[in-house]
Amino acid sequence: MNLTLKIWRQAGPKSKGEMVTYPVSGISEDMSFLEMLDVLNEQLNARGEEPIAFDSDCREGICGMCGLMISGKAHGPEVTTTCQLHMRSFSDGDEITIEPWRADAFPVIKDLVVDRSSFDRIIQAGGFISANTGAAPEAHSVPVPKPKADRSFMAAACIGCGACVAACPNASGMLFLGAKITHLGELPQGQPERDARVVNMLTQHDDEGFGGCTNIGECSSACPKEIPLDVINQLNKDLRHALAHGE
Amino acid sequence: MATNTLPVTGKPRPASARRTTVFMKLLMALSGALFVFYVLMHMYGNLKIFGGVEAFDEYALHLRTILMPILPFGGFLWLFRALLVVALVAHAWSAFYLWSRARGARTTRYVAKEAAKATVKSRMMRWGGVALLLFLVWHLLQFTILKFNVGTEAAGDSAGKLVISSFQVWWVVLIYLLALAALGMHLWHGVWSASQTLGWTSSARSRRTAKSVATVIALVTAVGFALPPLAILFGIVKG
Repeated sequence: MNLTLKIWRQAGPKSKGEMVTYPVSGISEDMSFLEMLDVLNEQLNARGEEPIAFDSDCREGICGMCGLMISGKAHGPEVTTTCQLHMRSFSDGDEITIEPWRADAFPVIKDLVVDRSSFDRIIQAGGFISANTGAAPEAHSVPVPKPKADRSFMAAACIGCGACVAACPNASGMLFLGAKITHLGELPQGQPERDARVVNMLTQHDDEGFGGCTNIGECSSACPKEIPLDVINQLNKDLRHALAHGE
Repeated sequence: MATNTLPVTGKPRPASARRTTVFMKLLMALSGALFVFYVLMHMYGNLKIFGGVEAFDEYALHLRTILMPILPFGGFLWLFRALLVVALVAHAWSAFYLWSRARGARTTRYVAKEAAKATVKSRMMRWGGVALLLFLVWHLLQFTILKFNVGTEAAGDSAGKLVISSFQVWWVVLIYLLALAALGMHLWHGVWSASQTLGWTSSARSRRTAKSVATVIALVTAVGFALPPLAILFGIVKG
């Protein structure tokens, strides 16, 4: 396959970036999208040019490290992460635009790499439960109804990649936040901190400069883990309850 | 307890549910719910024109005598108007606040961005809302504050005659039809969005219900409001 890539190049956090066009050839349709970028980087290296910086870690779609805006879609045209997107999803001669996640809460570090520490700070603000350490408690001592366990597990599938923010017209982090609220709120272990959690995490989310939700649904359709929009409903519901409890 | 490994950015502030963006959304949803109730009542009242000018004027008079003699003549109407103004301020203020936040949340735009789920109705919420606000000014000037008559027939003090005279003018009807299209779209997305904001859509079934209710309310409102002007323009209802 021969492709034309239009890639965002930015030397550093303070530098002014621009789109640069690179032709690549000899791409196999069995390559992953990141392997295709590796091929381009080897060519750039050989020419003595600065390779394109992009994030990746596990390359098996479970860590949430990679993430690129590919021709206007977060993680590209398939429901998966960028590392698990394969070149067979494209055609020979395609022109592909590659940009970093765009949100002021995700500042660009270099080229396609963004700083998602804002997500970590949201988690720090309340994405935890308090538990006694030491001897592990008997697993069956706290019963969890199956539907709640399932919903919690569905929400826990969130890998924090940030595609929801990238796809959202408001650059809102509420699908991510809602997933964490649902994940912990559905379980008995998450109850003691439930009200404080939603208020603290949401306050941190707002302070980081993320936008608000307008219930359009772009986030959910971009999510590689198919987290449904109803986790945002859960976030709203928990906030309403916290409000009623005087938080 | 998580360990503090990252510096906290921005100035720390005491967390309160009242100072969150979701609280603003709640304000918007609740004030919006009042407007939904109001436009449905208003639409129903307008249909009285099909009973003739007298029936319409009698209805208009009745609106001013609700809860009399506990309240003075027009008392209930003015209380309700005050409530609507408060709701309008809350609705528009929270909308503009969240709009400006959203603009600040992505100051560098994408070169290429494709929408997967966004529809005309969800994209037009903000500008459609602004259009409705402008229409509201025109509408209040025309029928409540100045009561100016753009038609040719004398209306006198009769609200019914003013309505009939006004909607015999084609461009007035056109303005109203455009406003109704904006209102219908606003309600179509707004009712669903408010259900989501109020936390009523946790299951697939409740989501489907919320979307159906939104569609029905949007259609009933837009069609119900459009009937009297169209009937007057085409001479089905005469003064």
